Amino acid sequence: MEVIDLAWWKLGLAALLVLALAGTGYLARLGITRNLLIAALRTVIQLALIGLVLEALFASSGFYWIALMALVMLLVAGREVVARQGRRLQGWWAFGIGTGSMFVSSFSVTVLALSVVIGPDPWYTPQYAIPLLGMMLGNTMTGVSLALDRLNESVWRQRAVIENRLMLGQTWKQALEDIRRDAMRSGMMPSINAMAAAGIVSLPGMMTGQILAGSPPAVAVKYQILVMLIITVGTGFGALMAVSWGGRRLFDDRERLRLDRLVKQ
Amino acid sequence: MTDLVLKNLCVGTLSNVSLTVPGGQVVCLSGPSGSGKSRLLRAVADLEPHGGTVSVADTCQEDLPAHQWRSRVVMVPADSQWWFDEVGGHFPDHVKADLPSALGFPPEVLEWSVSRLSSGERQRLALWRALLLEPEVLLLDEPTANLDNDSTEAIETWLLEEIRRRQIAVLWVAHDVGQIHRVADAHYRIIGTSLERADGSD
Repeated sequence: MEVIDLAWWKLGLAALLVLALAGTGYLARLGITRNLLIAALRTVIQLALIGLVLEALFASSGFYWIALMALVMLLVAGREVVARQGRRLQGWWAFGIGTGSMFVSSFSVTVLALSVVIGPDPWYTPQYAIPLLGMMLGNTMTGVSLALDRLNESVWRQRAVIENRLMLGQTWKQALEDIRRDAMRSGMMPSINAMAAAGIVSLPGMMTGQILAGSPPAVAVKYQILVMLIITVGTGFGALMAVSWGGRRLFDDRERLRLDRLVKQ
Repeated sequence: MTDLVLKNLCVGTLSNVSLTVPGGQVVCLSGPSGSGKSRLLRAVADLEPHGGTVSVADTCQEDLPAHQWRSRVVMVPADSQWWFDEVGGHFPDHVKADLPSALGFPPEVLEWSVSRLSSGERQRLALWRALLLEPEVLLLDEPTANLDNDSTEAIETWLLEEIRRRQIAVLWVAHDVGQIHRVADAHYRIIGTSLERADGSD
């Protein structure tokens, strides 16, 4: 089955609908017009550019180009994690902890899935590696930023409780126990919910895309299961690392709570 | 000897505070609000970065991991915190029989929910919670601020008994002149950036 290519002017029709929504929002004074238009424009430009990049990447298939692409994706995700936290650690710590935990978890899980489970030749074949890494990073990014945001916000709000627990001789880990559990839960919740609802409430995007592109549903389903499982694993380990590194940084070597290391943005 | 010794302690606006509290004795601290009384206690508990040295029975702060230091030098803040739903969660399991009568609670108090406690009740339970750790030093930040006169005196008597019996060294932040008279073996006032010994007369 051939995939039906979309002509650019047909995308224009969809864009007109967005303009109609923006116009309605403007007339009804909903205050979303500006954000909506900017976001829509960004989508078009970013995706068109990435289309060009991927075409070039697939044509060259050089390992270093793929590695460079992966690095850029990681750094952008790291910046996004910083931007999504209401309060974050001062200096490079917020970026470092977010990026580091995403790197360790997403990259190792992606490499494992590519080399052991899927097994393309070579293992870094961009048609497999880039989309897989993109999905991993996107979800890990959400998990890590939710977990860190919850961690920092709860520590800020519950400073008196944490300090009282320290006064009673608890270690920083004991004093942070409940908050760490909460932070992990909020980081993991989107992946767990997505797995619970998959196929019944929602048809996951990747599977839908593969079916549209002509894959037999049975194959698409297997890929989707693989992706959902490794996404959850990557998100979980990523959030785990971010929360334990971030938690450690909120205390100094004398186990004092150091809220001066948090800045509000 | 479980003397608490502060040498040249600097924290916040206070500088070069030197002070010795012998075991079994109470040293009261007073001073206007914002003068740094609580911060001084926090520095002794090593909850705040500070200069100078603090030691108990010849063991310095830095010689112990911070949490071990804080289980020997226990601070009771003015506003105690409770993080489990039930009172009993904050206490070790075997203590139920030892509830001191001076606290004025029925034995079921450990099954109460924390939300029904008044601030005075929390304060009394926080003192007991701290004493159960068998500290060598107690740092009390206005321990009777929310209590009425009768229970204030009952708590003072009970605390002093425990302090003398267990030879605990106590730094006690107090406002009330009457209380300072009743409990203090020595009284220091914060004046400006330093600590000055006050006479017994006021």
